[in-house]
Amino acid sequence: MSNQIEVSNLHVSYYGKQVLNDISFTFDSGKLIGILGPNGAGKSTLMKALLGLIPRDAGSISIEGKPIEASRKRIAYVPQRSNIDWDFPIIVRDAVMLGTYPKLGLFRRPKKEDKAFAMECLRKVGMESYAKSQIGELSGGQQQRVFLARALAQKAEYFFLDEPFVGIDVSSEEVIINILKDLRDAGKTVFVVHHDLAKVERYFDNLLLVNKELYGAGPVQHVFKPQLMQQAYKSPFAVIGDSLGVGI
Amino acid sequence: MEFIHDLQNYEFLQKAFLTSIMVGIICGVIGCFIVLRGLALMGDAISHAVLPGVAISYMLGISYFYGAVATGVLTALGIGVISQNSRVKSDSSIGIVFSAFFAAGIILITMARSATDLTQILFGNVLAVRASDMKLTLIIGSIVLLAVILFYKELLVSSFDETMAAAYGLKTRLIHYGLMVLLTLVTVASLQTVGVILVVSLLITPASTAYLLTNRLSTMIVLASFFGAISAGIGLYISFLFDWPSGPVIALATTALFILAFLFSPKQGIIFRKLRSSRKIADGV
Repeated sequence: MSNQIEVSNLHVSYYGKQVLNDISFTFDSGKLIGILGPNGAGKSTLMKALLGLIPRDAGSISIEGKPIEASRKRIAYVPQRSNIDWDFPIIVRDAVMLGTYPKLGLFRRPKKEDKAFAMECLRKVGMESYAKSQIGELSGGQQQRVFLARALAQKAEYFFLDEPFVGIDVSSEEVIINILKDLRDAGKTVFVVHHDLAKVERYFDNLLLVNKELYGAGPVQHVFKPQLMQQAYKSPFAVIGDSLGVGI
Repeated sequence: MEFIHDLQNYEFLQKAFLTSIMVGIICGVIGCFIVLRGLALMGDAISHAVLPGVAISYMLGISYFYGAVATGVLTALGIGVISQNSRVKSDSSIGIVFSAFFAAGIILITMARSATDLTQILFGNVLAVRASDMKLTLIIGSIVLLAVILFYKELLVSSFDETMAAAYGLKTRLIHYGLMVLLTLVTVASLQTVGVILVVSLLITPASTAYLLTNRLSTMIVLASFFGAISAGIGLYISFLFDWPSGPVIALATTALFILAFLFSPKQGIIFRKLRSSRKIADGV
């Protein structure tokens, strides 16, 4: 009961329009969970609702039996790349150092060891040689790795990443997914909004399949099935062998 | 050099000079956050919206500080209420609220006093700065600088990535309204120097000039306050020399610095960018 993330009867709407309808699921911690669904299905909204960042009409979200609001310092969030102002006057190392802020609290400045820790996180994503670059000088994949480094610097237990693999190079994608798997193996819980169906089985062990409503929640082999996917995407899926084709 | 001589001899000029420099510094500091958060129009709005507060203070016979702060904060709240609770976009909400406040302010000032006061409030008259105004500017300046130093971390992270900041528990809305209060205070301090209409130039232009020259927020803040102070000083000098209104001259001084950075900034300036790209073409890259 205690080591769980539990969502029950979650309802979210924007200006009277229902975006998420009656979503309930439970996951044990220590899982790498993909959030799947077609465009406009409310995947990012679900992630923001899980984080308690948007008002919900009804429903509750709890982490280890406590409301999400009580667990904020144990959560790291990586936004979609398109939501960031890449011209902002900040260098890579300082952007990663923002990850140390939650634990510093008010009035305390980052110290030498925080800087060193930020550099260590940068090394984990292979970006230490860019520490002094302005963030806008990086490629998309490098930017995403820097933001993952920032999440690592938060020393969180729960990680939420919104579309981390969109528009990035293959090697950055490799680096990122390997780190996410390492986090899971270390007992952390990782949620990833994702839409490239080709890699679902290689990347995730659990899935949330949404399209305004919940179509499936659980291990990949139970959720990533043609009938369920067809229902959620409302279009036919080709079946190749035992697994799903990518053609939509 | 007559200016230096006059500066030594006339107390009114000393007050004007010190006040302008202080205003230039705090406008530069707050301006950085206004620019980076995309709130330039908000800065314009709040500066205009203090007008009815000034008028009401005249009528009640209290310091214009109280009225100005009250209507400035009301404007920020009003804009927030409209843009968060309807589909009206935030720039339109700003336009709706501030034009209403500004219009009401002009009517109230006309009712309360003669038209000369209106001109002074709109365009500034720094040579009429009294000792009490200078003290007010000093107090406001200290509050603003102290707030930015104490909450630098929070201002940085919420300006750069508001969602991440909210996700780890920062009260981002509180930070936004706190910043609006500081913006209102800065506007009030600037009333005498540049006037309501042109405060926005001292807020936006030095910060934008600094933005073209650095990749670090802390450096940007230092540069912006430096450019703000220089513009205010030069503006005051020229306005004293030719007997022109101080506000517009200071505003044009900020513009002159901006044009220099726009042309000659090593990284962002258009001249060096052109040179770099033509060199790349010549190298066959």
